[in-house]
Amino acid sequence: MEISYTDFSIIKSSNKNVPFWAMVRKEISDHIRSWQFIILLMIIALTFFASMYVAISNLNSAVSNTNDPDHLLIYLKLLTITDGTLPPFHVFISFLGPLLGISLGFNAINSEQQNSTLIRVMAQPIYRDNLLLSKFISVTILISTMFLTLALLMIGAGLLITGVPIELEEVLRIVSYIIICVFYVGFWFSLSIIFSIRFKQAATAAIASIGLWLFFTIFHSMILNVISKIIIPKSILFSSSRYSWIETLFHMAPNQLYTDATTTLLMPKIRSLGPMSMEQMAGAIPNSLPIRDSLLIVWPQVSGLISATIVCFALAYYLFMRKEIKC
Amino acid sequence: MKTSIIELQGLTKRYGSINVVDHLNLSIHKGEIFGLLGPNGAGKTTTILMMLGLIEPTSGFAKVCGYNSTSSPIDIKSKVGYMPDSVGFYDTMTGLENLMYIAQLNGLSRLEAEKSAIKVMKMVGLENDLNTKTGAYSRGMKQRLGLADVLIKEPEVIIMDEPTLGIDPSGVKDFLKLIKTLSRQHGLTVLLSSHHLNQVQKICDRVGIFVKGKLLAQGNIEQLSEQLFSQTSHQVSITLNEPISLTQKDEEELMQLASVENIAKEGNQLHINCNKILTPDIVRFMVEKNYNIFGVHQKTYGLEDIYQKYFENQHLNV
Repeated sequence: MEISYTDFSIIKSSNKNVPFWAMVRKEISDHIRSWQFIILLMIIALTFFASMYVAISNLNSAVSNTNDPDHLLIYLKLLTITDGTLPPFHVFISFLGPLLGISLGFNAINSEQQNSTLIRVMAQPIYRDNLLLSKFISVTILISTMFLTLALLMIGAGLLITGVPIELEEVLRIVSYIIICVFYVGFWFSLSIIFSIRFKQAATAAIASIGLWLFFTIFHSMILNVISKIIIPKSILFSSSRYSWIETLFHMAPNQLYTDATTTLLMPKIRSLGPMSMEQMAGAIPNSLPIRDSLLIVWPQVSGLISATIVCFALAYYLFMRKEIKC
Repeated sequence: MKTSIIELQGLTKRYGSINVVDHLNLSIHKGEIFGLLGPNGAGKTTTILMMLGLIEPTSGFAKVCGYNSTSSPIDIKSKVGYMPDSVGFYDTMTGLENLMYIAQLNGLSRLEAEKSAIKVMKMVGLENDLNTKTGAYSRGMKQRLGLADVLIKEPEVIIMDEPTLGIDPSGVKDFLKLIKTLSRQHGLTVLLSSHHLNQVQKICDRVGIFVKGKLLAQGNIEQLSEQLFSQTSHQVSITLNEPISLTQKDEEELMQLASVENIAKEGNQLHINCNKILTPDIVRFMVEKNYNIFGVHQKTYGLEDIYQKYFENQHLNV
């Protein structure tokens, strides 16, 4: 074999961030080309356009409904109104978001280990945590881009169809809605990354994450209902409302946090998520809340969702740093 | 005095109550090809990963290129190219993209990475497969790409774990020749682990025999056989045309030939152990005594026998 290498010295550039951003770029391009992402992107885009179509065809009646205090916030209406044939977009996302997160993360680490690319990457002069961080950041970039694109499409279409300019209030609400969506998907992504570190087979990790998702969407509220029926005495005094700690537990499921946070943000007329006493209701004028007050109402939900994401990511981090690289 | 580029001292890794690597002391000089030889599960891969700082040693330390593997693994990893026993690539990317990715992880910019990736792929003879997806590569091609992958970071030391695993014999020959040429041209230090003796024998300057976490012997082939076979040394087998029937007198005389140690009879064959090369004397003696000699075989010890001996000893200990 003819071997010729004339100059073997290329000046290595001193930029320390080159490796990290190369990893992020590679992760993003991997995701974009992967079938699971393409399929879910298509599903989300289709549901988005379907719910937009339903919303636009019912926009006229919603805007002219003067009993509704926020009937003039057209862009929020576009995201929330429905005539009952299709759920609104944010409800779709409450169950498609977890699927998206899981599909992006369930084989993040274990497939690299199976293909023995993990050890090859680990033998390069990069910190071990950079691999996990690059995966997390690339997914964050990916889903923020996706939600932002959809929101901008919605705003653009709304502008074309109605000709009503968007208000700052609506922009802020939609941006915070997108941020919550990103964290919601991010939570499920970090959860599935934990499983992908823990389980060697990608299928096991996928089943485990989907199992947990099913638990939270279906069984969590069922189990709480059963428990509350057993615990709470069947007297007339108590049966009308559940105990407050049961209520708290019920609201602690991630999809419940997401639903509470998004409905409050997208429907400014919502004033409380819990039960309200007659005294509180008495003097209230049916008016929409400013964004600051809406955010104050859902602050526990928002911080809960963000902290759950961070805790999951920290746990994934811990597990990955302690993981034996040798197969 | 040669400078040592890899130095292991008292390196130990314990999993549960078993010492997978047991107080290993080893130093490898700059520019040499060292073969780490041992059966499966001897702790070769663990040792290598400890050198790279990917596994933390229980006690002792490994120094590579002057850096301690536990405290500064990043410095080591930028100077050491490691090729794992099963090289894996991102199958959806082309060979060139795979290499560019690794080059960028080593701090090269995109443009530099592409230039050097093309260069190393030419070096290992893959210039026709630059834009083929690695999923379509054959095992031998992947192995070459693995070598290119190691070379792209311009290492001072190359560590290869079972580099010949799963390639056909002619591929192995080419591959090892390539390693040797590259090592000699650029003064690279190469450490390769293997359980294929004859392959390693060809290109290694020194080998170390590694069994159950312990380095039993090290040195070049001659030194090893001297170390191991000083007692039994040489064996001469003589085949006759009839079953051996040595008379008592002949046998005594044969024993009196300088330094013959023992004589064993087996069918038509006579095995004589001696610690000097006495083959001509023995043959002359036998001819004088009118024995009809069909064949004479003098046994010399190679790496295979050395290895065999250690295996046998290991089995006895179990």
